[in-house]
Amino acid sequence: MSDAVYQMIFGRLTLDALPLHEPIVVATFGVVALGGLALLGLITKYKLWGYLWSEWFTTVDHKKIGIMYMILGTVMLLRGFADAIMMRLQQAMAFNGSEGYLDAHHYDQIFTAHGVIMIFFVAMPFVTGLMNYVVPLQIGARDVSFPFLNNFSFWMTAAGAGLVMASLFVGEFAKTGWLAMAPLSGLDYSPDVGVDYYIWALQIAGVGTLLSGVNLIATIVKMRAPGMSLMKMPVFTWSALVTNVLIVAAFPVLTAVLAFLSLDRYVGTNFFTNTLGGNPMMYVNMIWIWGHPEVYILILPAFGVFSEVVSTFSGKRLFGYTSMIYALIVICILAYLVWLHHFFTMGSGASVNSFFGITTMIISIPTGAKIFNWLFTMYKGRIRYELPMMWAIAFMLTFTVGGMTGVLLAVPPADFVLHNSLFLVAHFHNVIIGGVLFGMFAGINYWWPKAFGFKLDRKWGLVSFWAWVVGFWTAFTPLYVLGLMGVTRRLRTFDDPSLQIWFVIAGIGAAIVAVGIAAFLIQIAVSILNRDKLRDETGDPWGGRTLEWATTSPPPHYNFAFTPVVHDLDAWHDMKSRGGKVPAEGYMDIHMPRYTGAGVILAGLSLVSGFGLVWHIWWMAGGALLGVVGYAIWHSFDYDRDYYVTADEVAETERAGRVMAGA
Amino acid sequence: MANHTATTADAPHFWETEPHHHEAGSSTMLGFWLYLMSDCLIFAMLFAGWGVYGQSAAGGPTAPELFDLKLVALNTAMLLFSSITYGFAMIAAQEDNKRATLGWLAVTGLFGAAFLGIEMYEFAHLIHEGAGPQRSAFLSSFFALVGTHGLHVFFGMIWLTVLMVQVAKKGLIAANTRRLACLSLFWHFLDVVWIGVFTFVYLLGSMQ
Repeated sequence: MSDAVYQMIFGRLTLDALPLHEPIVVATFGVVALGGLALLGLITKYKLWGYLWSEWFTTVDHKKIGIMYMILGTVMLLRGFADAIMMRLQQAMAFNGSEGYLDAHHYDQIFTAHGVIMIFFVAMPFVTGLMNYVVPLQIGARDVSFPFLNNFSFWMTAAGAGLVMASLFVGEFAKTGWLAMAPLSGLDYSPDVGVDYYIWALQIAGVGTLLSGVNLIATIVKMRAPGMSLMKMPVFTWSALVTNVLIVAAFPVLTAVLAFLSLDRYVGTNFFTNTLGGNPMMYVNMIWIWGHPEVYILILPAFGVFSEVVSTFSGKRLFGYTSMIYALIVICILAYLVWLHHFFTMGSGASVNSFFGITTMIISIPTGAKIFNWLFTMYKGRIRYELPMMWAIAFMLTFTVGGMTGVLLAVPPADFVLHNSLFLVAHFHNVIIGGVLFGMFAGINYWWPKAFGFKLDRKWGLVSFWAWVVGFWTAFTPLYVLGLMGVTRRLRTFDDPSLQIWFVIAGIGAAIVAVGIAAFLIQIAVSILNRDKLRDETGDPWGGRTLEWATTSPPPHYNFAFTPVVHDLDAWHDMKSRGGKVPAEGYMDIHMPRYTGAGVILAGLSLVSGFGLVWHIWWMAGGALLGVVGYAIWHSFDYDRDYYVTADEVAETERAGRVMAGA
Repeated sequence: MANHTATTADAPHFWETEPHHHEAGSSTMLGFWLYLMSDCLIFAMLFAGWGVYGQSAAGGPTAPELFDLKLVALNTAMLLFSSITYGFAMIAAQEDNKRATLGWLAVTGLFGAAFLGIEMYEFAHLIHEGAGPQRSAFLSSFFALVGTHGLHVFFGMIWLTVLMVQVAKKGLIAANTRRLACLSLFWHFLDVVWIGVFTFVYLLGSMQ
């Protein structure tokens, strides 16, 4: 076959792209392939494909989609953490002339993949998953505004994750750091497929994130139960609203900057090149105009979780509800006024740096107000140290330290010293692990009984909790120390042997975190095995205050047989305290959307198109893109997208459902 | 926030026991607006790109040398007329006049096609003169901004065609008028963006 024909068919994909000569990658592939085959075999053996397709993959039920997001986040957490452990091991080893066990080619891919995966495919799915699951229940809705779009959004996120995973075994991933700064990410310095995998994975997942943001805003604005004014909305729903406003206002910027980068790489334009008028600093500005709001997109839902958890487990109404809401809104606005603090050293001058330093410090005011509100909620409360509450307390202690180191970094002169150092790395792990991840664990432990009808095992939950908290501090305190000593990030080998001890301690911390992750998985497995003992029959195991606890656990697919009417903040608490009974008869027909496979198909075609674009297989990229457009048009001719659950079916479901509290 | 109002404290009514009709697609317009605003931000970034790069000609041809304002004026007219005719289509749809709706949609499509044709001619001409997007950052940002707008018009035309088929087949049912209203927002939005392109790129660019 001539070269030209080969290239037409396979683009730049050759057998060399398969890393057969890399023992570590081959071993990883072996494990993943065997695990994957075992999983596929089990699904086939137990004939679960039909069930998975018709009940899960094609679902438009926001609860199932939420659960799928959480599963995606958990799976990707394992991948992202594997990268973390490899980095810790490399840095602990590579002293006294040792090169460690990773060459630069792999090490650079690993730290890039770690960042990309943890932010886009762990934190984002977790956050979106929780919002998807909880928000419609909290506002007394039957589903989101656009249920099909919700399914499509999930599969686009999954397709992006799929493309990142493909880069592990076919070709390579970017070696640029998680933001792929230009001109390093340009064609001159990164001619390989790595950055292309990065671009298309994020663009595909970004479509899902954006549409899910639009969907949730419309849901919160339009679908609230009667009587639920904005200022009677649960705080988690408020945080979801603000988060999704941030998503819709920030992700288009990412789309645009990645589009510029891809034009540079595919068309030969000069946006971020060093020549012909290009300006790499524009990339830094644009990516952080998205990137800074992004960190608030991650943390605000966690704040929402903690607000629910602290209030519930203190047995009190949240202290300072109104100030909590205003704090959220102020953070939302300030999120757009601080991006430049990520590159004080770029040379914008003293005035500009001062402005952004001050706006950055101002953010600590609403954030501090929230911390105090949680503390005052606990004050004189009847605190129950259930797992979610423990995560909340660990968060308050950990996050406050992370926030304070953030304020240190906000001082431009200090930043000139600490920029790009391990101090920065310690800071953002301090807020992302101590804030977002602890928040997600609090949320998972809190809402699990709602989703599945039984609580999570406490003993393994405690193991996971302590291993995470202790592991986190053991892993990242040394990085603060090293950062203050001037050690920069992303280094592969070290000359100064006196530093080694700190990296060894950090490595031990990472190992303790590994125990925490394992204990989390064991906690889930043990809980499923013991589900009859952990069963919650009431639908309201924690003495909850908001509407998601007003229905059975797990809720019927239509959520509520009767739409709740809201009179007060903490609507369910109000209902319970005033003896509001759920009617046991007089059921009505319920209008519900139909399941559809269109989301899977469209996202699958997008994945194929992305793969084609990465490898310059133009027929594949173009064909799949045509497929997306064509299939979307075909789907638009389907007008029959909903159906009625009859009153009899509702009555039967409700009878079969467990007895509700207060019913 | 007051805790409870007097009426609800007397007779708490916590569950809706009367069937109430939930308007199908009642969130669609809001959702589409939100999407449009996100799209607007993409254009904001493209305009920002133009603002940064618009004069970085890198020794190559500059905006005043390249832009043919007469052609652009003609093109602008095409797009503005298409917006008016889309408005007529919406009026016809509100009067439940399927034939007139389809007619005006077709006219809109023709104006859109004329716009795209002229734009493609302009692009081909520029590239032929050696002023392609690779020549300088100025041209990169020009082609990116104007091209993205053109791409939007192109997808708008596909949507318009599909919607004409759907209206022809199913008539002006609620689902279709909702789609017409969304496309209307989209089409007028592109018009608004074009006003920005015409002003900031072509007019101010020519005056550099």
